Amino acid sequence: MLQVVCVKQVPDSDTRVKVAADGRTLDPNGVTLVLNPYDEFAVEQSLRVKEALAAGEVVAVSLGNAGVQTTLRNVLALGADRAIHLKSDTPAPDALAVAKALAEAIKGLDAGLVWLGKSAIDDDGAQVGPMLATLLGRPCVTNVCKFELAGNVAKVEREIEGGREQLEVPLPAVFTTDKGLNEPRFASLKGIMAAKKKSIEERPVDLGAPNVERLALELPPPRAAGRIVGEGAGAVAELVRALREEAKVL
Amino acid sequence: MSILVYAELRDGAVRPVTREALGEAKRLAATLGGPVTVVACAAADASFAALGEAGADKVLFAQHAAFARYDSAGHAAAVAAAAKAVGAKAVLIPASAAGKDLAPRVAALLGVGMAGDCTALDASGGKLVATRPVMAGKAYEKLAFPLSPAVVTLRPKNFAAAAPEAGKAAAVEAFAFTWDAAAPRAVVTGVSGESGGKVDLTEAEIIVSGGRGLKAPEHFALIENLAAALGATVGASRAVVDAGWRPHGEQVGQTGKTVSPKLYVAVGISGAIQHLAGMSSSRCIVAINKDPEAPIFKVADYGVVGDLFEVVPALTDAIQKLH
Repeated sequence: MLQVVCVKQVPDSDTRVKVAADGRTLDPNGVTLVLNPYDEFAVEQSLRVKEALAAGEVVAVSLGNAGVQTTLRNVLALGADRAIHLKSDTPAPDALAVAKALAEAIKGLDAGLVWLGKSAIDDDGAQVGPMLATLLGRPCVTNVCKFELAGNVAKVEREIEGGREQLEVPLPAVFTTDKGLNEPRFASLKGIMAAKKKSIEERPVDLGAPNVERLALELPPPRAAGRIVGEGAGAVAELVRALREEAKVL
Repeated sequence: MSILVYAELRDGAVRPVTREALGEAKRLAATLGGPVTVVACAAADASFAALGEAGADKVLFAQHAAFARYDSAGHAAAVAAAAKAVGAKAVLIPASAAGKDLAPRVAALLGVGMAGDCTALDASGGKLVATRPVMAGKAYEKLAFPLSPAVVTLRPKNFAAAAPEAGKAAAVEAFAFTWDAAAPRAVVTGVSGESGGKVDLTEAEIIVSGGRGLKAPEHFALIENLAAALGATVGASRAVVDAGWRPHGEQVGQTGKTVSPKLYVAVGISGAIQHLAGMSSSRCIVAINKDPEAPIFKVADYGVVGDLFEVVPALTDAIQKLH
């Protein structure tokens, strides 16, 4: 079975945000770009399925400028067989534009499973997976935290408020992965060496007109300075008083 | 023209996030024009007319046997059809687990973009502008919608439900929509853990979170006791989740949940950037930490410097005495 794993390159979670001079984008200076953490679970699950079936192929797909090839190379080092780089020098305007480009690339692949992280930690959108599934006309489960394959049906779980949903999904299908699904592996030296010889196919894409327009990117208002109410257990009485009388939250 | 609201139900009951969405829809309708129409996807009528009190003018009841539980594909088909039928300018969906799953599908079916997890909507210029956090709240973006309708999801606890209009009933209409339930789709076969009555972090009024300062997983009993006294939900830092002390669902931060309760108590959490991002929009933040230089104190409204093993039990005691 062929599996596709869609990955995104994002600023790491230690990034301190500075808004660029245009007032609409993140200042890229000093930002370290990494594989989106939720995509690690997607990559790992695709590799586990391939290993369990002892057959098939994992194709990594990513959209972006030439820089995303670093991330694709990392995914190849983890064990993906080949990669498709949807090349666009302009940043993707919105999730629907990305989903359309991915759908175009994936529809010719006969993929039994398509994997994505549940959201990217830069825009926190959580949209591309279900949009892609809808465009492909395939079943989709988001935020998967447990996955089992039984023949041509996947039995999965997803977290909901105060509990979990169990679902059954016929393949082919699209899944977005949550933390807890698996423990992602690290790339081995052998994997890193092998990745150098694997293919990254470049396909230029046109993302079209934006479906959502960003007017501004702003930092949150700074929080008003707080105070230390005291030290040790002796401070508790004053803390409780402040929470009741000043903050009025108790 | 209409503002369309997706009614999120669980076991036939309307969830509070639906009332928040209705409250916001009513405010938007004052500028963009109404009416406020609700689409309710359910297997059986559940007194939807009562949604009138929460701000609905009309309820489109999309009935299907498969809708006894959330159905991603079916609900998306019904909501997209309803948006077209009423000529919706905006489609408001709660940013819950179901709503976050549903909204992108609705947007894709309608061929429009969307804004998820919005914390504010503004229609004062006659056009909708959505404000939403990115990078778990390190920054906020303002988005406009070149296409119609604007599909948005509303972050729980950020929008006020409307004051109930006692006795106002919404007109309930059966809504016919086309959906091929025989096409391959994901089907919910069961739901577990519901009876625990645990309020999810994203909807909690009060959160008590613990971090590495607790030194060992068994010491989380201190956090649980304080949470029980406060009626709070337990959260955790990434460090203790990665260490396997706590389940993933409890993680607050950029690779966990972004929360905005009225009170957030951080215990033994130093305050890594990714954690601060996930909780800085809380209304009131309390930090208990032995290190007076810990970054958590920079965002805290009230800090207690000290040994959490002394401070937390004393605080738990004091809270219990309030009752």
